[in-house]
Amino acid sequence: MSNLPPLVEPAAELTVEEVRRYSRHLIIPDVGMDGQKRLKNAKVLCVGAGGLGSPTLLYLAAAGVGTLGIVEFDVVDESNLQRQVIHGQSDIGRSKAESARDSIKEINPLVQVNLHEERLDSTNVMELFAQYDLIVDGTDNFATRYLVNDACVLLNKPYVWGSIYRFDGQASVFWSEYGPCYRCLYPEPPPPGMVPSCAEGGVLGVLCASIGSIQVTEAIKLLTGIGEPLVGRLMIYDALEMTYRQVKVRKDPDCAICGDHPTVTELIDYEAFCGAISEEAADAAMDSTITVTQLKEWLDTDEKIQLIDVREPNEYEIVNIPGSTLIPKGEFLMGGALEKLDPTKRIVLHCKSGVRSAEALAVVHAAGYKDAVHVGGGVLAWVNQIEPEKPTY
Amino acid sequence: MSITVRIPTILRTYTDGKAEVSVAGGTLAEVIDQLETDHTGIRARVLDDDGKLRRFVNVYVNDDDVRFAEGLGTAVPENGNVSIIPAVAGG
Repeated sequence: MSNLPPLVEPAAELTVEEVRRYSRHLIIPDVGMDGQKRLKNAKVLCVGAGGLGSPTLLYLAAAGVGTLGIVEFDVVDESNLQRQVIHGQSDIGRSKAESARDSIKEINPLVQVNLHEERLDSTNVMELFAQYDLIVDGTDNFATRYLVNDACVLLNKPYVWGSIYRFDGQASVFWSEYGPCYRCLYPEPPPPGMVPSCAEGGVLGVLCASIGSIQVTEAIKLLTGIGEPLVGRLMIYDALEMTYRQVKVRKDPDCAICGDHPTVTELIDYEAFCGAISEEAADAAMDSTITVTQLKEWLDTDEKIQLIDVREPNEYEIVNIPGSTLIPKGEFLMGGALEKLDPTKRIVLHCKSGVRSAEALAVVHAAGYKDAVHVGGGVLAWVNQIEPEKPTY
Repeated sequence: MSITVRIPTILRTYTDGKAEVSVAGGTLAEVIDQLETDHTGIRARVLDDDGKLRRFVNVYVNDDDVRFAEGLGTAVPENGNVSIIPAVAGG
């Protein structure tokens, strides 16, 4: 993909203060006064002020993007600070949107910051996106990503996308007018439970900067019309190998939303499309979920139970429930776990928050252990209610 | 053993942490069969129960998405490379 026309018209002028501030941009011939004026006039919306949103917002602000919108409803948690560098220690418990705004204002008070402290969904996304030139995605789940994609296609907005997991990152620019969209790359989301989130699998903090910096670079290029945009290409970063590779992303003529015969012509129900939990797991958990209080009672009265922790070894090491045996969920899905079950005891499964244990419970029920149960809220609920002196993650 | 297969982090539990493994040539289907022989369990992460490529995992032969070529029938040339790229949503 060669140059695209600049996305934004230039502002009328830069003030003396702005010329001083942005001088290192202004003396790059490709950016110059013209490019900086375009950035000044630009309105960029960042969905999420978390891992990817942190570096993205900070650098967009420093670069002089005139208006930055932030969609974020969460509050800052201590476990965010390992990577979400827009927030600080004193922000714990504060609204992420407000904390992000304060950091932006400290870096560049000339930026107009709009806070949208709401959960992005089908009812508000169109009105929100319509106010901006370009959308940067820093969300952490498939449902929101498909929602953002579809809204961007319907409104013909460029969608600067990035995604991270452990040591791997991916980035691309989706813009159906000029190339493929997210659905062209990944037509369907994985079934729930198949792909772990960062909360389950972890993420190297600095990976956010590696991928966020690609997103900001692409945003600036699109806004000012310089360089070759990452449209129709997927950048794949491997931090362990320290490699960047790219593969072609083709526009899919059969794409459900931007193909020749689209079947998605308006926003759909994205929670249902992606599913928070599989149907089998939901069925298994119904009437077979106990509370941590019940579990404590069973443990205290020596009830004949086998308590199994289905998380990963690293998670077990951080915190565990006394008396639990570790058998990761994968072993249930592959079948190897079943022979480790004690048929003389009632099986009680738990994980971090209750999603993975529900998936494993479906397997255990299917194997004939009909009275097996899982613990709602998992080890997080256990620490919260039973052993508050233990750490959470 | 002349084809290189790139394994994403999320599937390296099957390859003892190796980021790259080598297999002999053939079609993509044959490459995946060999992967399964050497690293049991990996096939089910790439193919569904009907043996089709999963829609949230992209497989590239020499940087071209096989969905736009011959799918599992795509020939992998000598010294070619195969990349498995699963969808991730972390942010």
